[in-house]
Amino acid sequence: MSPAARLRLARGLVWIGCLTPLALLVGRTLNGGLGANPIEYLERALGDWSLRLLLLGLALSPLRSLSGWTWPLKLRRTIGLWAYAYVCLHFAVYIVFDLNILEPARAVAQLAEDLVKRLYITAGFAAWLLLLPLAVTSTDGWQRRLKRNWKTLHRLIYPAAVLGVLHYLWLVKKDASDPLLYAAILAILLLWRWPWPKVRGAILRARPAPPATPRDQTLR
Amino acid sequence: MLIRVSPQHPIKPSEITAEAVHADRRQFLARMGLAGAGLALAGCSEAKPPVPPAAGAGPAATSALPALEVGKTSALAGGEKPSSYEDITHYNNYYEFGTDKSDPARNAATLRPRPWTVLIDGECDAPGQLDLDALIKPHALEERIYRLRCVEAWSMVIPWVGVPLADLLKRFKPNSKAKFVQFFSLADAEQMPMIRRGVLPYPYREGLRIDEAMHPLAFMVVGLYGKVLPNQNGAPIRLMAPWKYGFKAAKSIVRIRFTETQPETTWNAIGAAEYGFYGNVNPEVDHPRWSQASERRLGELFRKPTLMFNGYPEVAPLYAGMDLRRYY
Repeated sequence: MSPAARLRLARGLVWIGCLTPLALLVGRTLNGGLGANPIEYLERALGDWSLRLLLLGLALSPLRSLSGWTWPLKLRRTIGLWAYAYVCLHFAVYIVFDLNILEPARAVAQLAEDLVKRLYITAGFAAWLLLLPLAVTSTDGWQRRLKRNWKTLHRLIYPAAVLGVLHYLWLVKKDASDPLLYAAILAILLLWRWPWPKVRGAILRARPAPPATPRDQTLR
Repeated sequence: MLIRVSPQHPIKPSEITAEAVHADRRQFLARMGLAGAGLALAGCSEAKPPVPPAAGAGPAATSALPALEVGKTSALAGGEKPSSYEDITHYNNYYEFGTDKSDPARNAATLRPRPWTVLIDGECDAPGQLDLDALIKPHALEERIYRLRCVEAWSMVIPWVGVPLADLLKRFKPNSKAKFVQFFSLADAEQMPMIRRGVLPYPYREGLRIDEAMHPLAFMVVGLYGKVLPNQNGAPIRLMAPWKYGFKAAKSIVRIRFTETQPETTWNAIGAAEYGFYGNVNPEVDHPRWSQASERRLGELFRKPTLMFNGYPEVAPLYAGMDLRRYY
Protein backbone atom coordinates (compact mmCIF):
# COMPACT_ATOMS: atom_id res chain seq x y z
CA MET A 1 0.00 0.00 0.00
CA SER A 2 1.33 3.41 -0.92
CA PRO A 3 1.82 5.96 1.85
CA ALA A 4 -0.99 8.05 0.36
CA ALA A 5 -3.37 5.11 0.39
CA ARG A 6 -2.36 4.29 3.93
CA LEU A 7 -3.10 7.84 5.01
CA ARG A 8 -6.50 7.75 3.30
CA LEU A 9 -7.28 4.53 5.12
CA ALA A 10 -6.14 5.98 8.46
CA ARG A 11 -8.29 9.10 7.88
CA GLY A 12 -11.27 6.91 7.05
CA LEU A 13 -10.78 4.93 10.24
CA VAL A 14 -10.52 8.15 12.27
CA TRP A 15 -13.81 9.36 10.81
CA ILE A 16 -15.50 6.07 11.60
CA GLY A 17 -13.99 6.02 15.09
CA CYS A 18 -15.08 9.59 15.82
CA LEU A 19 -18.57 9.17 14.37
CA THR A 20 -19.35 5.92 16.14
CA PRO A 21 -19.85 7.30 19.68
CA LEU A 22 -22.07 10.04 18.29
CA ALA A 23 -24.10 7.57 16.23
CA LEU A 24 -24.52 5.33 19.27
CA LEU A 25 -25.66 8.29 21.36
CA VAL A 26 -28.19 9.32 18.72
CA GLY A 27 -29.40 5.73 18.58
CA ARG A 28 -29.77 5.54 22.35
CA THR A 29 -31.57 8.88 22.38
CA LEU A 30 -34.08 7.70 19.79
CA ASN A 31 -34.61 4.40 21.60
CA GLY A 32 -35.01 6.00 25.00
CA GLY A 33 -31.89 4.17 26.16
CA LEU A 34 -30.29 7.06 28.03
CA GLY A 35 -31.57 5.95 31.43
CA ALA A 36 -33.44 7.89 34.09
CA ASN A 37 -31.57 11.16 33.52
CA PRO A 38 -31.03 11.43 29.76
CA ILE A 39 -29.68 14.99 29.80
CA GLU A 40 -27.02 14.10 32.34
CA TYR A 41 -26.18 10.98 30.31
CA LEU A 42 -25.73 13.01 27.11
CA GLU A 43 -23.67 15.67 28.85
CA ARG A 44 -21.39 13.12 30.44
CA ALA A 45 -20.96 11.02 27.32
CA LEU A 46 -20.24 14.03 25.11
CA GLY A 47 -17.84 15.44 27.71
CA ASP A 48 -16.06 12.11 28.02
CA TRP A 49 -15.57 11.85 24.26
CA SER A 50 -14.36 15.45 24.09
CA LEU A 51 -11.62 14.65 26.57
CA ARG A 52 -10.76 11.31 25.02
CA LEU A 53 -10.33 12.84 21.56
CA LEU A 54 -8.36 15.80 22.93
CA LEU A 55 -5.98 13.40 24.65
CA LEU A 56 -5.79 11.23 21.54
CA GLY A 57 -4.88 14.31 19.50
CA LEU A 58 -2.16 15.16 22.00
CA ALA A 59 -0.83 11.60 21.89
CA LEU A 60 -0.04 11.75 18.18
CA SER A 61 3.18 13.70 18.35
CA PRO A 62 4.69 11.46 21.07
CA LEU A 63 3.55 8.50 18.95
CA ARG A 64 5.42 9.99 16.01
CA SER A 65 8.61 10.38 18.03
CA LEU A 66 8.38 6.92 19.54
CA SER A 67 7.42 5.02 16.42
CA GLY A 68 9.10 7.02 13.71
CA TRP A 69 5.87 7.05 11.69
CA THR A 70 4.83 10.34 10.16
CA TRP A 71 1.19 9.57 9.46
CA PRO A 72 -0.01 10.25 13.02
CA LEU A 73 0.71 13.94 12.60
CA LYS A 74 -1.46 14.07 9.52
CA LEU A 75 -4.46 12.92 11.56
CA ARG A 76 -4.17 15.66 14.13
CA ARG A 77 -6.45 18.13 12.38
CA THR A 78 -9.26 15.60 11.87
CA ILE A 79 -9.09 14.36 15.46
CA GLY A 80 -8.77 17.88 16.85
CA LEU A 81 -11.82 19.09 14.94
CA TRP A 82 -13.82 16.07 16.04
CA ALA A 83 -12.81 16.75 19.63
CA TYR A 84 -14.08 20.30 19.23
CA ALA A 85 -17.31 19.03 17.69
CA TYR A 86 -17.93 16.96 20.83
CA VAL A 87 -17.02 19.93 23.04
CA CYS A 88 -19.57 22.06 21.15
CA LEU A 89 -22.29 19.40 21.43
CA HIS A 90 -21.55 19.02 25.14
CA PHE A 91 -21.81 22.79 25.58
CA ALA A 92 -24.99 22.88 23.48
CA VAL A 93 -26.77 20.35 25.70
CA TYR A 94 -25.87 22.51 28.71
CA ILE A 95 -27.16 25.66 26.99
CA VAL A 96 -30.36 24.09 25.71
CA PHE A 97 -31.41 22.00 28.70
CA ASP A 98 -29.53 23.21 31.77
CA LEU A 99 -29.81 26.91 31.05
CA ASN A 100 -33.13 26.40 29.23
CA ILE A 101 -32.98 27.97 25.79
CA LEU A 102 -36.75 28.55 25.85
CA GLU A 103 -36.15 31.44 28.23
CA PRO A 104 -33.11 33.17 26.72
CA ALA A 105 -32.98 36.14 29.08
CA ARG A 106 -32.90 33.94 32.15
CA ALA A 107 -30.51 31.54 30.46
CA VAL A 108 -27.99 34.35 29.88
CA ALA A 109 -28.30 35.48 33.49
CA GLN A 110 -27.84 31.90 34.66
CA LEU A 111 -24.79 31.45 32.42
CA ALA A 112 -23.24 34.62 33.86
CA GLU A 113 -23.91 33.37 37.38
CA ASP A 114 -22.45 29.95 36.60
CA LEU A 115 -19.34 31.49 35.05
CA VAL A 116 -18.70 33.66 38.09
CA LYS A 117 -19.73 31.29 40.86
CA ARG A 118 -18.88 27.81 39.63
CA LEU A 119 -15.25 27.21 38.92
CA TYR A 120 -15.79 24.02 36.93
CA ILE A 121 -18.07 25.87 34.53
CA THR A 122 -15.56 28.72 34.27
CA ALA A 123 -12.86 26.20 33.37
CA GLY A 124 -15.02 24.36 30.85
CA PHE A 125 -16.15 27.58 29.21
CA ALA A 126 -12.56 28.86 29.03
CA ALA A 127 -11.49 25.62 27.37
CA TRP A 128 -14.26 25.96 24.78
CA LEU A 129 -13.22 29.57 24.16
CA LEU A 130 -9.51 28.68 23.75
CA LEU A 131 -10.38 25.95 21.27
CA LEU A 132 -12.55 28.21 19.12
CA PRO A 133 -9.68 30.07 17.33
CA LEU A 134 -7.90 26.75 16.85
CA ALA A 135 -10.90 25.30 15.05
CA VAL A 136 -11.30 28.44 12.95
CA THR A 137 -7.63 28.55 11.91
CA SER A 138 -7.39 24.82 11.26
CA THR A 139 -7.57 25.27 7.47
CA ASP A 140 -4.59 25.22 5.12
CA GLY A 141 -5.36 28.82 4.18
CA TRP A 142 -5.07 30.05 7.76
CA GLN A 143 -1.98 27.96 8.29
CA ARG A 144 -0.32 29.76 5.34
CA ARG A 145 -1.55 33.18 6.37
CA LEU A 146 -0.39 32.90 9.98
CA LYS A 147 2.99 31.39 9.06
CA ARG A 148 5.07 30.80 12.17
CA ASN A 149 2.38 32.33 14.40
CA TRP A 150 0.09 29.45 13.55
CA LYS A 151 2.22 27.08 15.58
CA THR A 152 2.37 29.50 18.50
CA LEU A 153 -1.40 29.99 18.39
CA HIS A 154 -2.05 26.26 18.32
CA ARG A 155 -0.09 25.78 21.53
CA LEU A 156 -3.36 26.93 23.14
CA ILE A 157 -4.35 23.27 22.94
CA TYR A 158 -2.24 22.66 26.07
CA PRO A 159 -4.05 25.08 28.42
CA ALA A 160 -7.35 24.07 26.83
CA ALA A 161 -6.73 20.39 27.62
CA VAL A 162 -5.66 21.24 31.18
CA LEU A 163 -8.82 23.30 31.68
CA GLY A 164 -10.93 20.51 30.22
CA VAL A 165 -9.57 17.98 32.71
CA LEU A 166 -9.94 20.47 35.59
CA HIS A 167 -13.54 21.06 34.49
CA TYR A 168 -14.21 17.36 35.02
CA LEU A 169 -12.17 17.08 38.20
CA TRP A 170 -13.93 20.00 39.88
CA LEU A 171 -17.45 18.90 39.12
CA VAL A 172 -17.10 15.42 40.60
CA LYS A 173 -18.70 15.07 44.02
CA LYS A 174 -16.49 12.37 45.46
CA ASP A 175 -14.84 9.39 43.72
CA ALA A 176 -12.55 11.35 41.38
CA SER A 177 -10.99 8.22 39.85
CA ASP A 178 -12.25 8.91 36.30
CA PRO A 179 -11.08 12.54 36.05
CA LEU A 180 -7.80 11.59 37.74
CA LEU A 181 -7.20 8.99 35.04
CA TYR A 182 -7.61 11.69 32.38
CA ALA A 183 -5.35 13.96 34.44
CA ALA A 184 -2.66 11.28 34.65
CA ILE A 185 -2.72 10.65 30.90
CA LEU A 186 -2.62 14.37 30.17
CA ALA A 187 0.29 14.80 32.59
CA ILE A 188 2.27 12.12 30.78
CA LEU A 189 1.52 13.66 27.38
CA LEU A 190 2.52 17.12 28.55
CA LEU A 191 5.63 15.97 30.40
CA TRP A 192 6.73 14.21 27.26
CA ARG A 193 6.87 17.61 25.59
CA TRP A 194 8.96 19.05 28.39
CA PRO A 195 12.42 19.96 27.04
CA TRP A 196 14.26 17.07 28.63
CA PRO A 197 16.63 16.15 25.85
CA LYS A 198 18.56 13.65 27.95
CA VAL A 199 15.62 11.61 29.20
CA ARG A 200 13.80 11.68 25.91
CA GLY A 201 16.93 10.87 24.01
CA ALA A 202 17.55 7.85 26.24
CA ILE A 203 14.01 6.54 25.61
CA LEU A 204 14.34 7.12 21.90
CA ARG A 205 17.70 5.37 21.78
CA ALA A 206 16.26 2.46 23.72
CA ARG A 207 13.71 1.68 21.05
CA PRO A 208 14.78 -0.68 18.28
CA ALA A 209 16.68 1.21 15.61
CA PRO A 210 14.32 1.99 12.74
CA PRO A 211 15.33 1.10 9.22
CA ALA A 212 17.48 3.87 7.81
CA THR A 213 15.14 5.12 5.17
CA PRO A 214 15.22 8.70 3.92
CA ARG A 215 11.75 9.17 5.42
CA ASP A 216 13.15 8.50 8.83
CA GLN A 217 15.65 11.32 8.56
CA THR A 218 12.96 13.93 8.86
CA LEU A 219 11.88 12.62 12.22
CA ARG A 220 14.88 13.51 14.24
CA MET B 1 -38.94 33.23 49.91
CA LEU B 2 -41.50 30.91 48.50
CA ILE B 3 -44.50 30.49 50.71
CA ARG B 4 -46.72 27.65 49.70
CA VAL B 5 -49.97 26.53 51.11
CA SER B 6 -49.65 23.23 52.90
CA PRO B 7 -50.30 20.55 50.31
CA GLN B 8 -53.53 19.19 51.74
CA HIS B 9 -54.72 17.94 48.41
CA PRO B 10 -57.74 15.75 48.18
CA ILE B 11 -56.41 12.37 47.19
CA LYS B 12 -57.68 11.22 43.87
CA PRO B 13 -57.62 7.44 43.58
CA SER B 14 -55.86 7.83 40.24
CA GLU B 15 -52.95 9.57 41.92
CA ILE B 16 -52.28 6.88 44.40
CA THR B 17 -51.64 3.49 42.95
CA ALA B 18 -52.69 2.24 39.60
CA GLU B 19 -55.78 0.14 40.02
CA ALA B 20 -54.19 -2.76 38.25
CA VAL B 21 -51.28 -2.72 40.67
CA HIS B 22 -53.64 -2.51 43.57
CA ALA B 23 -55.77 -5.35 42.31
CA ASP B 24 -52.70 -7.36 41.58
CA ARG B 25 -51.40 -6.76 45.07
CA ARG B 26 -54.65 -7.96 46.63
CA GLN B 27 -54.68 -10.96 44.41
CA PHE B 28 -51.09 -11.75 45.19
CA LEU B 29 -51.60 -11.34 48.91
CA ALA B 30 -54.62 -13.58 48.84
CA ARG B 31 -52.71 -16.19 46.92
CA MET B 32 -49.83 -16.03 49.35
CA GLY B 33 -52.22 -16.19 52.27
CA LEU B 34 -50.70 -13.04 53.60
CA ALA B 35 -53.66 -10.69 53.44
CA GLY B 36 -54.07 -9.00 56.78
CA ALA B 37 -50.69 -10.14 57.92
CA GLY B 38 -49.67 -6.51 58.21
CA LEU B 39 -46.13 -6.77 57.07
CA ALA B 40 -45.34 -9.37 54.50
CA LEU B 41 -41.60 -9.10 54.50
CA ALA B 42 -41.09 -12.61 53.34
CA GLY B 43 -37.51 -13.47 52.50
CA CYS B 44 -36.95 -12.65 48.87
CA SER B 45 -35.59 -16.06 48.12
CA GLU B 46 -38.70 -17.79 49.43
CA ALA B 47 -41.15 -15.45 47.79
CA LYS B 48 -42.69 -16.57 44.56
CA PRO B 49 -42.84 -13.84 41.97
CA PRO B 50 -46.36 -12.55 41.47
CA VAL B 51 -48.16 -13.69 38.38
CA PRO B 52 -48.02 -10.86 35.85
CA PRO B 53 -51.33 -8.99 35.83
CA ALA B 54 -53.58 -9.68 32.90
CA ALA B 55 -53.84 -6.10 31.73
CA GLY B 56 -52.54 -2.66 32.55
CA ALA B 57 -49.32 -3.69 34.19
CA GLY B 58 -48.52 -1.29 37.02
CA PRO B 59 -45.14 0.35 37.37
CA ALA B 60 -43.87 -2.25 39.81
CA ALA B 61 -45.54 -5.18 38.13
CA THR B 62 -42.27 -6.57 36.84
CA SER B 63 -40.74 -6.61 40.31
CA ALA B 64 -40.50 -10.02 41.90
CA LEU B 65 -40.42 -8.52 45.39
CA PRO B 66 -43.23 -9.41 47.80
CA ALA B 67 -46.13 -7.00 48.06
CA LEU B 68 -46.91 -5.10 51.27
CA GLU B 69 -50.30 -4.55 52.88
CA VAL B 70 -50.76 -0.80 53.04
CA GLY B 71 -53.42 0.70 55.30
CA LYS B 72 -53.45 4.35 54.35
CA THR B 73 -52.16 6.35 51.43
CA SER B 74 -51.21 10.02 51.52
CA ALA B 75 -50.29 11.89 48.35
CA LEU B 76 -47.85 14.44 49.72
CA ALA B 77 -46.22 15.58 46.50
CA GLY B 78 -48.81 18.13 45.48
CA GLY B 79 -50.44 15.76 43.04
CA GLU B 80 -47.24 15.42 41.02
CA LYS B 81 -46.88 12.25 39.02
CA PRO B 82 -44.77 9.53 40.66
CA SER B 83 -41.57 8.64 38.83
CA SER B 84 -41.47 5.28 37.11
CA TYR B 85 -40.50 2.19 39.10
CA GLU B 86 -37.73 1.65 36.57
CA ASP B 87 -36.24 5.11 37.21
CA ILE B 88 -36.61 4.88 40.98
CA THR B 89 -34.81 1.55 41.07
CA HIS B 90 -32.11 2.25 38.46
CA TYR B 91 -30.91 5.72 39.35
CA ASN B 92 -29.52 5.50 42.85
CA ASN B 93 -26.85 7.05 44.99
CA TYR B 94 -25.69 4.17 47.18
CA TYR B 95 -21.90 4.38 47.26
CA GLU B 96 -21.60 1.09 49.14
CA PHE B 97 -22.53 -0.47 45.78
CA GLY B 98 -20.62 1.88 43.48
CA THR B 99 -20.54 5.59 42.71
CA ASP B 100 -22.30 5.52 39.35
CA LYS B 101 -26.08 5.95 39.47
CA SER B 102 -26.56 2.67 37.63
CA ASP B 103 -24.14 0.72 39.87
CA PRO B 104 -26.46 -0.05 42.83
CA ALA B 105 -29.09 -1.74 40.64
CA ARG B 106 -26.33 -3.94 39.21
CA ASN B 107 -24.37 -4.63 42.38
CA ALA B 108 -26.81 -4.61 45.31
CA ALA B 109 -27.90 -8.22 44.83
CA THR B 110 -25.18 -9.19 47.33
CA LEU B 111 -27.04 -7.38 50.11
CA ARG B 112 -28.97 -9.80 52.35
CA PRO B 113 -31.95 -7.82 53.69
CA ARG B 114 -33.24 -10.78 55.69
CA PRO B 115 -32.72 -11.69 58.45
CA TRP B 116 -32.07 -8.16 59.69
CA THR B 117 -31.71 -6.75 63.15
CA VAL B 118 -31.63 -3.15 64.25
CA LEU B 119 -29.93 -1.97 67.44
CA ILE B 120 -31.60 0.91 69.25
CA ASP B 121 -29.43 2.42 71.95
CA GLY B 122 -28.16 5.64 73.47
CA GLU B 123 -30.25 8.06 75.49
CA CYS B 124 -33.42 6.02 75.84
CA ASP B 125 -35.12 4.02 78.58
CA ALA B 126 -36.06 1.01 76.49
CA PRO B 127 -33.11 0.19 74.25
CA GLY B 128 -33.06 -3.06 72.39
CA GLN B 129 -31.91 -5.12 69.49
CA LEU B 130 -34.88 -6.11 67.38
CA ASP B 131 -35.53 -8.22 64.38
CA LEU B 132 -36.97 -6.17 61.53
CA ASP B 133 -40.36 -7.83 61.93
CA ALA B 134 -40.49 -6.98 65.62
CA LEU B 135 -39.47 -3.43 64.82
CA ILE B 136 -42.12 -2.83 62.15
CA LYS B 137 -45.02 -5.19 62.96
CA PRO B 138 -46.58 -3.11 65.75
CA HIS B 139 -47.28 -0.37 63.19
CA ALA B 140 -49.72 -0.18 60.31
CA LEU B 141 -47.92 0.41 57.05
CA GLU B 142 -48.70 3.61 55.19
CA GLU B 143 -48.01 4.68 51.67
CA ARG B 144 -46.71 8.22 51.30
CA ILE B 145 -46.00 9.85 47.97
CA TYR B 146 -43.11 12.22 48.62
CA ARG B 147 -40.85 14.31 46.46
CA LEU B 148 -37.18 13.30 46.72
CA ARG B 149 -34.69 16.07 46.03
CA CYS B 150 -31.03 15.11 45.70
CA VAL B 151 -28.32 17.60 46.62
CA GLU B 152 -27.06 17.07 43.05
CA ALA B 153 -30.13 18.99 41.81
CA TRP B 154 -32.25 16.17 40.42
CA SER B 155 -35.50 14.95 41.88
CA MET B 156 -38.12 12.22 41.74
CA VAL B 157 -41.55 11.55 43.19
CA ILE B 158 -41.70 8.25 45.05
CA PRO B 159 -44.57 6.30 46.62
CA TRP B 160 -42.82 5.00 49.71
CA VAL B 161 -44.27 2.45 52.11
CA GLY B 162 -43.32 2.69 55.75
CA VAL B 163 -44.18 3.89 59.23
CA PRO B 164 -44.01 7.32 60.85
CA LEU B 165 -40.57 7.64 62.40
CA ALA B 166 -41.95 9.25 65.55
CA ASP B 167 -44.24 6.29 66.29
CA LEU B 168 -41.34 3.92 65.94
CA LEU B 169 -38.86 5.95 68.01
CA LYS B 170 -41.29 6.57 70.88
CA ARG B 171 -41.44 2.84 71.63
CA PHE B 172 -37.86 3.04 72.84
CA LYS B 173 -38.66 5.85 75.27
CA PRO B 174 -36.04 8.46 74.44
CA ASN B 175 -35.11 10.26 77.67
CA SER B 176 -34.67 13.95 78.34
CA LYS B 177 -31.06 13.86 77.15
CA ALA B 178 -32.07 12.57 73.72
CA LYS B 179 -31.55 15.74 71.69
CA PHE B 180 -30.57 14.01 68.45
CA VAL B 181 -31.02 10.69 66.68
CA GLN B 182 -28.21 9.08 64.73
CA PHE B 183 -28.69 6.42 62.06
CA PHE B 184 -26.02 3.93 61.02
CA SER B 185 -26.11 2.07 57.74
CA LEU B 186 -24.76 -1.43 57.29
CA ALA B 187 -21.04 -1.56 56.46
CA ASP B 188 -20.24 -5.17 55.68
CA ALA B 189 -17.45 -5.67 53.18
CA GLU B 190 -18.76 -9.14 52.42
CA GLN B 191 -22.17 -7.90 51.32
CA MET B 192 -20.79 -4.59 50.04
CA PRO B 193 -17.42 -5.30 48.44
CA MET B 194 -17.18 -1.72 47.14
CA ILE B 195 -16.77 -0.27 50.61
CA ARG B 196 -13.16 -1.46 50.48
CA ARG B 197 -12.55 1.33 47.99
CA GLY B 198 -13.08 3.75 50.85
CA VAL B 199 -14.77 6.46 48.79
CA LEU B 200 -16.60 7.46 51.98
CA PRO B 201 -15.75 6.67 55.60
CA TYR B 202 -18.05 3.79 56.52
CA PRO B 203 -20.41 3.02 58.12
CA TYR B 204 -22.55 5.72 56.54
CA ARG B 205 -23.96 7.82 59.35
CA GLU B 206 -26.76 10.32 59.36
CA GLY B 207 -28.66 12.21 62.00
CA LEU B 208 -31.66 14.35 62.83
CA ARG B 209 -32.47 16.69 65.65
CA ILE B 210 -35.04 14.94 67.87
CA ASP B 211 -37.81 17.39 66.93
CA GLU B 212 -37.07 16.77 63.25
CA ALA B 213 -37.19 13.03 63.82
CA MET B 214 -40.52 13.39 65.64
CA HIS B 215 -42.06 15.52 62.88
CA PRO B 216 -45.05 13.77 61.30
CA LEU B 217 -43.40 13.89 57.86
CA ALA B 218 -40.30 11.94 58.97
CA PHE B 219 -40.77 8.42 57.74
CA MET B 220 -39.13 5.04 58.13
CA VAL B 221 -39.35 3.28 54.79
CA VAL B 222 -39.64 -0.46 54.16
CA GLY B 223 -41.10 -0.46 50.65
CA LEU B 224 -41.96 1.42 47.50
CA TYR B 225 -44.73 1.14 44.96
CA GLY B 226 -46.52 -1.25 47.30
CA LYS B 227 -43.68 -3.75 47.38
CA VAL B 228 -40.77 -4.59 49.62
CA LEU B 229 -37.90 -2.12 49.23
CA PRO B 230 -35.43 -3.21 46.53
CA ASN B 231 -31.85 -3.63 47.74
CA GLN B 232 -30.55 -0.70 45.69
CA ASN B 233 -33.05 1.62 47.37
CA GLY B 234 -31.72 0.84 50.85
CA ALA B 235 -33.40 -2.41 51.82
CA PRO B 236 -34.72 -3.45 54.17
CA ILE B 237 -35.23 -0.24 56.13
CA ARG B 238 -34.26 3.34 55.39
CA LEU B 239 -34.99 6.86 56.47
CA MET B 240 -36.92 9.49 54.52
CA ALA B 241 -37.18 13.13 55.55
CA PRO B 242 -38.69 14.60 52.41
CA TRP B 243 -37.84 18.24 53.17
CA LYS B 244 -34.13 17.36 53.29
CA TYR B 245 -31.67 16.47 50.56
CA GLY B 246 -31.48 12.78 49.77
CA PHE B 247 -28.11 12.23 51.45
CA LYS B 248 -29.85 12.64 54.83
CA ALA B 249 -31.94 9.54 54.13
CA ALA B 250 -29.66 6.79 55.44
CA LYS B 251 -30.18 3.39 53.79
CA SER B 252 -30.07 -0.17 55.15
CA ILE B 253 -30.16 1.00 58.76
CA VAL B 254 -28.68 -1.32 61.41
CA ARG B 255 -28.49 1.03 64.36
CA ILE B 256 -30.47 3.94 65.73
CA ARG B 257 -28.82 5.87 68.53
CA PHE B 258 -30.25 8.69 70.65
CA THR B 259 -27.57 11.24 71.51
CA GLU B 260 -27.27 14.34 73.61
CA THR B 261 -24.92 16.17 71.25
CA GLN B 262 -25.11 16.62 67.51
CA PRO B 263 -23.88 13.35 66.01
CA GLU B 264 -21.33 13.12 63.26
CA THR B 265 -22.84 12.64 59.82
CA THR B 266 -20.92 11.22 56.87
CA TRP B 267 -21.06 13.90 54.17
CA ASN B 268 -20.77 16.68 56.72
CA ALA B 269 -17.67 15.03 58.16
CA ILE B 270 -15.88 14.82 54.81
CA GLY B 271 -17.05 18.11 53.33
CA ALA B 272 -18.57 20.49 55.84
CA ALA B 273 -18.42 23.39 53.39
CA GLU B 274 -20.63 21.52 50.95
CA TYR B 275 -22.90 19.40 53.16
CA GLY B 276 -24.36 20.69 56.38
CA PHE B 277 -25.81 18.70 59.25
CA TYR B 278 -29.30 19.94 58.43
CA GLY B 279 -29.29 19.40 54.66
CA ASN B 280 -32.65 21.12 54.27
CA VAL B 281 -33.71 21.70 50.69
CA ASN B 282 -33.25 25.43 50.20
CA PRO B 283 -33.26 27.09 46.77
CA GLU B 284 -31.64 30.20 48.22
CA VAL B 285 -28.52 28.54 49.58
CA ASP B 286 -26.35 27.21 46.78
CA HIS B 287 -24.09 24.24 47.03
CA PRO B 288 -20.61 25.75 46.51
CA ARG B 289 -20.31 24.05 43.15
CA TRP B 290 -23.85 24.19 41.81
CA SER B 291 -27.03 26.16 42.15
CA GLN B 292 -29.86 24.76 44.25
CA ALA B 293 -32.38 27.19 42.79
CA SER B 294 -33.65 24.67 40.27
CA GLU B 295 -33.71 20.93 39.75
CA ARG B 296 -34.21 18.37 37.03
CA ARG B 297 -37.21 16.19 37.71
CA LEU B 298 -36.41 12.82 36.22
CA GLY B 299 -38.63 12.31 33.23
CA GLU B 300 -38.72 16.01 32.38
CA LEU B 301 -36.37 17.74 29.97
CA PHE B 302 -36.09 21.20 31.45
CA ARG B 303 -35.26 22.20 34.98
CA LYS B 304 -37.94 23.45 37.34
CA PRO B 305 -37.67 25.79 40.33
CA THR B 306 -36.77 24.11 43.61
CA LEU B 307 -39.23 24.74 46.43
CA MET B 308 -38.25 25.81 49.96
CA PHE B 309 -38.10 22.71 52.17
CA ASN B 310 -38.81 20.77 48.97
CA GLY B 311 -42.38 22.02 49.06
CA TYR B 312 -43.05 20.97 52.67
CA PRO B 313 -43.55 24.34 54.39
CA GLU B 314 -45.10 22.64 57.41
CA VAL B 315 -41.58 21.94 58.68
CA ALA B 316 -40.62 25.64 58.73
CA PRO B 317 -41.49 26.10 62.45
CA LEU B 318 -38.70 23.61 63.28
CA TYR B 319 -36.22 26.22 62.09
CA ALA B 320 -37.86 29.39 63.38
CA GLY B 321 -35.21 31.97 64.20
CA MET B 322 -32.39 29.92 62.67
CA ASP B 323 -30.09 31.41 60.04
CA LEU B 324 -30.53 28.83 57.30
CA ARG B 325 -27.52 30.20 55.41
CA ARG B 326 -25.37 29.25 58.35
CA TYR B 327 -27.19 26.05 59.25
CA TYR B 328 -27.52 24.63 55.74
